[in-house]
Amino acid sequence: MTTFPWLTTLMVVPLVGSIVVALLPKARTLLAKQIALVVSVATLVLTVLMALQFVGDSVEPFQFVESHPWIPAFGISYSVGVDGIGLVLVALAATLVPIVVLAGWNDVDDSRGSVKGYFALILVLETLMIGVFSATDVFLFYVFFEVMLIPVYFMIGRYGGPQRSYAAVKFLLYSLVGGLFMLASLIGLYVVSAQMTGTGTFDFLTLAGLDIDEGVQKMLFLGFFFAFAVKAPLWPFHTWLPDAAAESKAGTSVLLLGVLDKVGTFGMIRYCLPIFPAASNFYAPVVIGMALIGIFYGAFVALSQNDMKRLFAYSSMSHFGFITLGIFVFTSVGQSGSVVYMVAHGLSTAALFLTAGFLMSRYHGSSQISDYAGVNKTAPVLAGFFMIAALSSLALPGMISFVGEFLVLLGAFERYMWVGALATLGIVITAAYVLRLYQRSMTGPLKPELEGMPDLGGREITALVPIAALTIVLGLFPAPLLNVINPAVDRVMTSIGATDPAPTLTGAALEQPNLPAEGTEQ
Amino acid sequence: MSALVTAVASETETLFTAPGINYYAIAPILIIFGAAVVSVLVEAFVPRRARRTVQLVLVIGSVLAALGVVIDLRGTRLITGEGALAIDGPTLIMQGTLLIIALLAAFLMAERSIDPLGDAFAPRASALPGSEDEQEFTKRGYLQTEIWPFFLLALTGMLAFPAANDLLMMFVALEVMSLPLYLLAGMARRRRLLSQEAALKYFVLGAFSSAFFLYGAAMLYGFSGSVSLVAIADTLTAKPSEASLVVIGMALLLVGLLFKVAAVPFHQWTPDVYQGAPTPITGFMAATVKIAAFGALLRVLYVGLGGMRWDWEPMLWIIAILTMLVGSIIAITQTDIKRMLAYSSIAQAGFILIGVLAVSPAGLASALFYLIAYAFTTIGAFAVISMVRDASGEATHLSKWAGLSKKSPLVAAIFSLFMLALAGIPLTSGFVGKFGVFTAAIASGATWLVIVGVIASIIAAFFYVRVIVIMYFSDPTPDTASVVVPSAFTTIALAAAATVTIVLGIVPQPVIELVNQAGVFIR
Repeated sequence: MTTFPWLTTLMVVPLVGSIVVALLPKARTLLAKQIALVVSVATLVLTVLMALQFVGDSVEPFQFVESHPWIPAFGISYSVGVDGIGLVLVALAATLVPIVVLAGWNDVDDSRGSVKGYFALILVLETLMIGVFSATDVFLFYVFFEVMLIPVYFMIGRYGGPQRSYAAVKFLLYSLVGGLFMLASLIGLYVVSAQMTGTGTFDFLTLAGLDIDEGVQKMLFLGFFFAFAVKAPLWPFHTWLPDAAAESKAGTSVLLLGVLDKVGTFGMIRYCLPIFPAASNFYAPVVIGMALIGIFYGAFVALSQNDMKRLFAYSSMSHFGFITLGIFVFTSVGQSGSVVYMVAHGLSTAALFLTAGFLMSRYHGSSQISDYAGVNKTAPVLAGFFMIAALSSLALPGMISFVGEFLVLLGAFERYMWVGALATLGIVITAAYVLRLYQRSMTGPLKPELEGMPDLGGREITALVPIAALTIVLGLFPAPLLNVINPAVDRVMTSIGATDPAPTLTGAALEQPNLPAEGTEQ
Repeated sequence: MSALVTAVASETETLFTAPGINYYAIAPILIIFGAAVVSVLVEAFVPRRARRTVQLVLVIGSVLAALGVVIDLRGTRLITGEGALAIDGPTLIMQGTLLIIALLAAFLMAERSIDPLGDAFAPRASALPGSEDEQEFTKRGYLQTEIWPFFLLALTGMLAFPAANDLLMMFVALEVMSLPLYLLAGMARRRRLLSQEAALKYFVLGAFSSAFFLYGAAMLYGFSGSVSLVAIADTLTAKPSEASLVVIGMALLLVGLLFKVAAVPFHQWTPDVYQGAPTPITGFMAATVKIAAFGALLRVLYVGLGGMRWDWEPMLWIIAILTMLVGSIIAITQTDIKRMLAYSSIAQAGFILIGVLAVSPAGLASALFYLIAYAFTTIGAFAVISMVRDASGEATHLSKWAGLSKKSPLVAAIFSLFMLALAGIPLTSGFVGKFGVFTAAIASGATWLVIVGVIASIIAAFFYVRVIVIMYFSDPTPDTASVVVPSAFTTIALAAAATVTIVLGIVPQPVIELVNQAGVFIR
């Protein structure tokens, strides 16, 4: 393994880029955008180069590890490294940022906030997103987790819609509430580690190796889980999400729902389960209940939305329900599925928000579904991409989201048959609202006001093609993804002492050759 | 009074074998005090035209000299002045911080480019507000240079306050610190009536609390026959059963100290005084009085009344909880930025009390770190406030800050940094401070106090963030204030405060080591 500091480089490049962009003169908006694009593409290239060196079946829990003492007085170090789960999410973030930059090329003008500011914030956010997924020191994770709020807060509050200030403050306060309770738990964890090992530490592997008293676990788990449940967001902590999504620029929404919210589910699988195994088992029924409610609540509310962005927000909430469900059924299939689902949801959300954003930019920025009809007559390419995005969202077989959703449901069936059965019903509602959205906006007779609406331009197509390609390629051939994810998931399963139930569904499992290796099969 | 003096004399004969004063150890106090005396003479003998320059050279020179001595004294642990002054790690750290903050405050006070009429102080504080005299003085361009002797005297008291090892010394330091501050609070050039009202309120309530302190000291003397903190602690160990007098004395003493740190319910003076005082003075006392008073409070509790821990702990728990919650909640309703920061400083006192209540070396160290972080951020915030103005002077009403980021992005960004630091967002000094006190408290088992602290932090985040909302997300109105470009004085102070706020957030280790090495109070 190389000793090149890959992850630090990945964080430094966008950070430097953002400083350069921020220091540009105000009038050089084009240059600011160009620099942002070049820097984000360079980061993506670096990410790909790093990912190629990732060893799928390594015995080391983390790869590309770096560790330097940061605040030794509190046992805090700057430690980064990725396992398969972290790697795919870093890759997701690195993929979406250049796409968002390209898609949001003309989204902001100087009328409100500066153009360069928007792109500088996106790049800072990229640094923080990569950091949050690669931190192996829990304190470092927390720092990224909290600091990440600030750029998003400004992205919503300065560049968003009419209610932007309200949405930004609501977003920030909800997240801060979660974050501060996590801080309390984090400190508690530190004190516990100091009592058990003599010196307090925030090192993830050390903490995961501790055998913490079950009562203490149950307390500390709550602080962490609450923060993640607000972030993801799970029902009933979701109310900030529709406002934030509706008031944001499309690019902000993509990063917010596509990547940032994954921090919540990532946190559950990375931190809650391995550090608090007993508590995770204890609370699992409650969490599964919340996930199920979220699946249906989100889907039903989405069904009744006339605002596209709100619809996507509620649909995401429903999807987060699936992801959380997959994590907390404690089967390796379900957890692998959850991670795939995170990537899939990132891609499908990006596709939906961006196409919807392109559509809206052609008609006064209206996000009302009723304002559109028959768009496929005048802008067939746009409608085509919208179709792909919609199908990806409802998990059509052949799309990556199908792989994720299928594995999650399979995992749920293995553990609790009735939970799997119930969750499957959620898919039906998803299909209903997604197809209805497509039908109402894209098909039918063309609205007279939309006459002459231009189709997608070269820049917009360039932004959407990679997402569509990834959605389909990984949907047909998910093996590279699963090969990376499975060892990490197995490690999580081992750490919580969970074993897969005796396989009664081997027939079904055999049909999917890329299923995770059932390490615990008798 | 004479009985007390005799008591000190008789007690020192028995307790200390090597009487005498280590002059070098108390040199920082002496240098500033000497400079204050010289400063008074300057007022009397130097021609008016040259006074400001001479005073400034004197102030900056003496503060730097004292700072040099403090740095040279590092590692010193001794009790001197017949048991009256303890020069130990915590004292030196607080003295060092006080001197640096005082330097920055002196820069803010010396600023003359912001207000077109001169500096932030009334040309002659004795002139009636709005009178012809006053207009005449303003026209002649008089500057009130008496602020400098007051400033140095207050600083003398502050340096001695955390070092005071007996209650009499502590009282003297308290008064030397407070009296000049009462005067300084009344010297604002603009809105003079508000300023004078603030000074009077501060004086009356301050005098009242001093009386409480003195009464408490008398009670403790009655119990132990000594004003020395060590002797009180020893007597407590010797005859713990007769503690009822101590409980009353302790309560009265703590009222006096908690008044100075602005803890609820002894906080009523804070918003009025913060609002009315000239902004450089507000920044100065918000930062320094907090440090000095917490220094004294910590020493009284840890050294003198450590044996009474089970009596004062529940009381301070309630006060800490009230302070955090009341400060945060009332701050939300404020529309004046100086009043808002006043309530914020109350809430911050509550967070520092969490560190105090850890009652451990870690608690002491974390409280010290918090005080350092808080002091720099606060003085920076008031420096910004002094620059945001409209035609009538400082624009302290929050509505006038709407859209400030468009007019002055850099200043808005710096002020946002201070707000985020006070809110305790990671990568700022405020976060490390909060993290430290919370950690120390949980390690000592005060988990519930930390949970209240977390809730108060959330409430407090709301009003800190609201300022950012106003500056960034609102559109400028015709009323929006503009930012005056200051001279090098304010620029340096502001840059230093912002730098410390960031550096302590990103690489706090050196300062954490410093406060950890400071160790515990000498006994």
